[in-house]
Amino acid sequence: MSIAIEIAGVSKRFRMYREKPSSLKQRILSGRVRAEDFWALRDVSFDVAEGEFFALIGQNGSGKSTLLKVIAGILRPSEGVVRQRGRIAGLLELGAGFHPELTGRENVYLNAAFLGLSHRKTDAVYDDIVEFAELREFMDTAVKFYSSGMLVRLGFACAVHVDPEVILIDEVLAVGDEAFQARCLDRVRTFQKEGRTIVLVTHALDMARQLCDRAAMLDHGVIHAIGGPDQVVREMRRTISKHDLEFAREEGSREIEILGGSLHRGADPLAGALAPGECVTLQVDLKANEPVDDPVVSFALHDGANNFVFGSDTAQHGLALGRVDGKRRVRFQLGPVPFTGGQYWVTVGVHSRDNQRVYHVQDQRYSFEVRQTEGRRDQTYVPVTVGVEEL
Amino acid sequence: MLGAIWSLLNPVVFLAVFTFVAKVLGAAVDDYPVFLLSGLLSWNLFSVSLSTGAQSVVANANLVKKVYFPREILPLATVGVALVDFVLQSMVYLAFLIVIRYGFVLGSIWLYPLAFVALSLLTVAVTFWVSSMNVRYRDLQHLIGLALLVWFWLTPIVYAAGKTHEKIVTGHRLGSLFWRIYLLNPTAWIVFGFQRALYHSPDANAVLAPFTTAQLGVGLCVVIVILLALLYATWRIFFGLSGDFAEEL
Ligand SMILES: Nc1ncnc2c1ncn2[C@@H]1O[C@H](COP(=O)(O)OP(=O)(O)O)[C@@H](O)[C@H]1O
Ligand SMILES: [Mg+2]
Repeated sequence: MSIAIEIAGVSKRFRMYREKPSSLKQRILSGRVRAEDFWALRDVSFDVAEGEFFALIGQNGSGKSTLLKVIAGILRPSEGVVRQRGRIAGLLELGAGFHPELTGRENVYLNAAFLGLSHRKTDAVYDDIVEFAELREFMDTAVKFYSSGMLVRLGFACAVHVDPEVILIDEVLAVGDEAFQARCLDRVRTFQKEGRTIVLVTHALDMARQLCDRAAMLDHGVIHAIGGPDQVVREMRRTISKHDLEFAREEGSREIEILGGSLHRGADPLAGALAPGECVTLQVDLKANEPVDDPVVSFALHDGANNFVFGSDTAQHGLALGRVDGKRRVRFQLGPVPFTGGQYWVTVGVHSRDNQRVYHVQDQRYSFEVRQTEGRRDQTYVPVTVGVEEL
Repeated sequence: MLGAIWSLLNPVVFLAVFTFVAKVLGAAVDDYPVFLLSGLLSWNLFSVSLSTGAQSVVANANLVKKVYFPREILPLATVGVALVDFVLQSMVYLAFLIVIRYGFVLGSIWLYPLAFVALSLLTVAVTFWVSSMNVRYRDLQHLIGLALLVWFWLTPIVYAAGKTHEKIVTGHRLGSLFWRIYLLNPTAWIVFGFQRALYHSPDANAVLAPFTTAQLGVGLCVVIVILLALLYATWRIFFGLSGDFAEEL
């Protein structure tokens, strides 16, 4: 497959001036200026293939918008190069490319001109744009009177109707209402089917997981993870949960709370990767905020590609917790793990025996790694003992 | 449309006022309105391009920061607008020459396109430079106002170059040195060219710069070559700086 965007060793430095000389007078009077360097991107390299739907995730300030602007050509990289093929349409900021004093109609032509469309070609798609944006009765109103939702609608409608090869979308879409967002995503999917390339910045991790072919996570301007969206999203959740517990997916009514889960090898906390066939213990600490009768604690394991591999719960093994108040520690001792190399993700939950009530679930919060045996292609690990005897 | 009317009105008013002034008060230069406008219109193109061009990038900060497009469009567009004005005003002026039966002289009118090329090159080159520098140093636009004022008087638009030349060279010990320095100014050569191309009243040789048409032709060619180099330099400066416009604004 051919490459649509090639990002090679891109770094972006911003000069942070203590006192930026914004006039010749100051410049002459103050002599040398003190500036500090801030690297918003550091040695970022990856390719986006033609027809790929690529998600860019990362915490605020990690450099996502900066990277999109570098790809779009708005910012020049301090080091490295970006090569792209074809026309790029960007939805980078709210109202970008619109002149507030001009009407919606004039702005459609202006915006299309920025994207390299002639007046005549714009005439041909004008009605589609208005239709998609659902702004027919506002096209002769100055854009400065538009709400942010209307701006996004017009911006998106322009971007997708100018026949770009690549479309870059920053978080702006989040401004629109849900119905419009759904329509946008629909449109983006058609886009992808037509073989066009999409780079999307989003905070909606589950959406990224479902829609995208590939994802990259930026952290302080560095590519922290890149690959399948499941793996990258999980990495993102794990990183975030170190700073911000709210972010990893958790739900439940919290009559009982999970204080934390941990993995152990024997009596010690698990360090390093497991060898296939090793035993591991999953320990879950609970705290009841009010007395609860007969809760069930469960866990599930997913592999790196987000396939469910195994799960179990206390009820299945005939353990009744009875009436729980105060704290409890539940241990699942797993026998020799039959897994081959890779990362495994652990979901833990507490719920009622009939599954009607979910007290608390932590979705794929914990993980462990199983070592890959060099040179093997085993699907699973089966403990084998060998013997030989004379016949 | 309204803009076009205003720009047409400008030379009409000038011509009317100076025809009146020359008739009533008398002027040191014959056919003073013809003389004045021949140089003034080119100066207008230059000075308007510079003062609005200086703002062209800064005034469109919102676009520059958020959308990609070739940044050179911004200064070029201001020059383009000024050029349209120049053409409209020149049409009024040429119509005036026909109406008052002033006419043209074929032997020198060929300087007109040459002067026009030099004027366009100079305007584009300097506008590139000021529009990119003004992004970093916002007070440049005030300096440009001052610089244009001085520059205007260093260019023989309202006064007669020939008479001035005679006065300096004969009237001062260092006169011929001053005159040589005066000739370093490219707008002087451009205005010499326009004036020689269009102004041909009986005492033209006393009023206009002391060069023959052929000498001015050669001079303008040299100026054009120098301006091409200048344009290349400011174009490079503009492209060097334009990559950082989005973060400087
Ligand atoms: N023009 C600029 N000048 C200085 N610093 C900037 C500029 N633009 C962005 N930054 C800084 O670069 C970092 C990355 O910003 P950004 O790309 O907007 O992050 P994100 O989109 O991931 O939230 C931030 O710390 C931000 O403050
Ligand atoms: Mg951002």
